[in-house]
Amino acid sequence: MNTLFTIRLGLARGWIEFRQTFTSAQDLWSYLGNSVVFLAVLVFLRGGTVEGTPISVAAMSMPGVLGMLLLFGGVLATMQLLTTEREDGTLLRAKAMPHGMGGYLVGKLLHVSLMTIASMAIVLLPGLFVLDGLMERGLSGIPTLVWVTLLGLLATLPYGAILGSLFGSPRAAVAAVMLPLMGLIVISGIFFPISVLPEPVQWTAQVFPLYWLGLGLRSAFLPDTALPAEIGESWRHLETAGVLGLWAVVGLLIAPAVLRRMARRESGTALERRRHRAMQRVG
Amino acid sequence: MTVAKEVSAVSPPAPPPEHDNVLRVHDMRMRYGQRDVLKGVGFTARKGEVLTLLGPNGAGKTTTIEILEGFRTPSAGEIEVLGVDPARGDERWRSRLGVVLQSWRDHGKWRVRELLGHMGRYYAPYSTPERRRPRDLDELIETVGLTEHADKRVSTLSGGQRRRLDVAIGIIGRPELLFLDEPTAGFDPQARRDFHDLVHRLSDEDDTTILLTTHDLDEAEKLADRILILAGGRIVADGSADELARQVRREAEVRWTRDGQRFVHATPDATRFVRELFAQHGDDVADLEVRRASLEDVYMDMVRRHESGHADAATGGFEEAAR
Repeated sequence: MNTLFTIRLGLARGWIEFRQTFTSAQDLWSYLGNSVVFLAVLVFLRGGTVEGTPISVAAMSMPGVLGMLLLFGGVLATMQLLTTEREDGTLLRAKAMPHGMGGYLVGKLLHVSLMTIASMAIVLLPGLFVLDGLMERGLSGIPTLVWVTLLGLLATLPYGAILGSLFGSPRAAVAAVMLPLMGLIVISGIFFPISVLPEPVQWTAQVFPLYWLGLGLRSAFLPDTALPAEIGESWRHLETAGVLGLWAVVGLLIAPAVLRRMARRESGTALERRRHRAMQRVG
Repeated sequence: MTVAKEVSAVSPPAPPPEHDNVLRVHDMRMRYGQRDVLKGVGFTARKGEVLTLLGPNGAGKTTTIEILEGFRTPSAGEIEVLGVDPARGDERWRSRLGVVLQSWRDHGKWRVRELLGHMGRYYAPYSTPERRRPRDLDELIETVGLTEHADKRVSTLSGGQRRRLDVAIGIIGRPELLFLDEPTAGFDPQARRDFHDLVHRLSDEDDTTILLTTHDLDEAEKLADRILILAGGRIVADGSADELARQVRREAEVRWTRDGQRFVHATPDATRFVRELFAQHGDDVADLEVRRASLEDVYMDMVRRHESGHADAATGGFEEAAR
């Protein structure tokens, strides 16, 4: 009963924060600005087709961009929110209340998930109409879109939470994570087919969720005539579910312990120390 | 012999019945690396009592409060907060506490009413017939004087309004024990007065036990049933403002002028001294002033005594002198 109670409060909290985001232009831009930029890039790429397929570069890239936005939301946004809200005292406030920490986390996960889905929708909805070749599967792609997105959130959110717990400030967290993330985007076949990369790089990319997110989402939108650009000329749904599932399970196993450790260490003194550092940075 | 013992020797407090103790701290120690911050802190608090914790910066006030709130684990000590070791407090225990932190800027996007409404829901399962949880939202907002700001975003509140919101969050669950860490920082005199009324009301109406830290000695004197002075990691004084004043200095200071000359005299019996003064000099005495040791005198004295390492040294009386 207690767990359900906490989840209900958390969902209420997440929903309130989701609504709040839509009342602030600055927040909206920080969450959704990326999407607008990528949409513009995709529209710009409408011209050529991918070698060996009749699919336009834009249509081929769009699902990968969705996967990337999911990764940004699940990992980066979660991490940034967690470090920021540790710094401003939100977490300590939560800790001072019964079920506060649980409610906070559930709320945060819902808020980030909704914002991530919104950021994907901004690219997806206009993209469907502007870019050719994305509607070919029609409605049959929707179930794939749904399961890949949900599994993708489960495979990324825990790592955002873990990173957010490990770093002391949002600045440090972003500085440390940004470069590896960019590298991952380059090798994961988002803007060009992964098959053009050397094999060791392909293998590296296939260890991480981003490639599989892109592949899974491509399978939801693109016709089978796009397959020649994929590894093994297959959508590999089983492997996609397997790798994303494994990341999700491992993340969900590790995250609670890391979060608990972080929560235990949270105190006014720790808050004051971080605040002091932040002020020095400003001053 | 420590000063703390000295205090209890002067006015031995009747040991309260065990079940009445909301707070019981014995030999609490905290060590960071090589540095001992708390070196054996001990005190108790009874139901409905208002305690003020005073002490110089870095004396360990916040550490003490954080241990009691369950936010930190002490290196050693026996601690009971509402009958429970804070390190093992569960959610039900948490629901009986109120915590007002030295906060910064959280929940800036929330509106006041929205935030309090949401926070209150966490306490609802812990409502009892004697203690309705959470408090009524509108009443609470009115109590802390935020009615006209109820629909404002938290980030647009002034420092004092923000602090009142912190207090509101702290008392929303009708706590049995309330911790306030420098609650009135940033308050204007009116807000301060309102806050003092609120503290009295909380302790009278709800029987809330309150432990607060402040740097405002005047405030400590007004609010506290008992004052604790923490210096050098120990409680160096524990008693009401009057008890502490008597402890530090039994003599009152009498000042007057005669023939344009100023006089100061320290005496244990000011009334008799003044009577004799008038008997001797009659109408020549002017600008008469009798001053007992203020809490500030006590505080400075205690802290100085501790810091100079002569905690046991007797205070020197002051000399009669024309200035």
